Amino acid sequence: MSQAIVITSGKGGVGKTTTTANLGVALALSGAKVVVVDADIGLRNLDVVMGLENRIVYDLVDVVEGYCRLRQALIKDKRVDGLFLLPAAQTKDKNAVNPEQMKELIGALKEEHDYIIVDCPAGIEQGFRNAISGADRAVIVTTPEVSAVRDADRITGLLEASGFEKPELIINRIKPRMVARGDMMDIPDIIDILAIDLLGVVPDDDYIVVSTNRGEPAVMTDNSRAGEAYRNIARRIRGEEVPFLDLSEKETIWSRLRRLMRRN
Amino acid sequence: MESPSQAYAEELRGGRMVFNWFRQKTKTKDVAKDRLRVVLMQDRLSLSHGIMEEMKDEVITAISKYVEIDRPGIEFSWKEIDKRRALVANIPVISIKRGATSNDRVTQRSY
Repeated sequence: MSQAIVITSGKGGVGKTTTTANLGVALALSGAKVVVVDADIGLRNLDVVMGLENRIVYDLVDVVEGYCRLRQALIKDKRVDGLFLLPAAQTKDKNAVNPEQMKELIGALKEEHDYIIVDCPAGIEQGFRNAISGADRAVIVTTPEVSAVRDADRITGLLEASGFEKPELIINRIKPRMVARGDMMDIPDIIDILAIDLLGVVPDDDYIVVSTNRGEPAVMTDNSRAGEAYRNIARRIRGEEVPFLDLSEKETIWSRLRRLMRRN
Repeated sequence: MESPSQAYAEELRGGRMVFNWFRQKTKTKDVAKDRLRVVLMQDRLSLSHGIMEEMKDEVITAISKYVEIDRPGIEFSWKEIDKRRALVANIPVISIKRGATSNDRVTQRSY
């Protein structure tokens, strides 16, 4: 049975688009038929993160307004079997689409694909309302910062009010060294505060910048920690039980000594 | 104005440098957690203002059956007690109604 998953966050810049791209690629690599949908109308970005920006002919708004057929707007990723992108319109604004139309569109995509991953725009207005309509499952991306966690809580409330019983959390950009020092909230801290289910934890990884520069999501290579985390999340989405990555920093004799002295 | 080196000398004189070095530093992640707890409590509360009012009315109705209360003086607030959220209600009582105890209820009926 196919599933539509919306990737939200509330706050901008926490990694929604990167998460959408990586999960889309990882799910397709595991053999599923996947469409990633950019619902950020007016601020299209998923295309460049995926490296498919040069192949856009039609977009989501063209489909909704009937200028083209759905199949014409879908861009096939030639690197990965079974992966498609439905780009957002860059010239229109968020009001060009309404939740009913989105629901219909997602329904049509579900007929021929296993997973529809929707990249939701930041904020809680019309764009958010559009992106979540038609989704079966909601994922909230946050980072271990006060502002991002606060917005994640707000989004959780809005999702629950919209009928999503169990939104799931991805904690992005964890820096194990800062966590070990006590200068960054740890996974249990955030889970305790937000009280929602954890879907995955992604470590901070410079390689994400490199992969975005190239337009090749990190899961396409084997040497990225973040990529590994996203592959694990994709497996969990498919229903597998996968243990969380061990991100704890090994303590050196010096850091231990310093910590012990501070404790006095 | 005090220069940084003066401040440093001052600290040394008081032996505070050494003291600070040994003292346990507050972890900033705990600061973040505490601030978030308070902020989220306020956020969630302000969002559910209608529900809060409704609950207040029901509590007042229930208590009013037994005691006479000073309605305008009632206060409901959220506090954090031992790291747990607590709903604190301050309900000024004017008098206890006669029918409040089971014995009195019988007497009242016989009036």
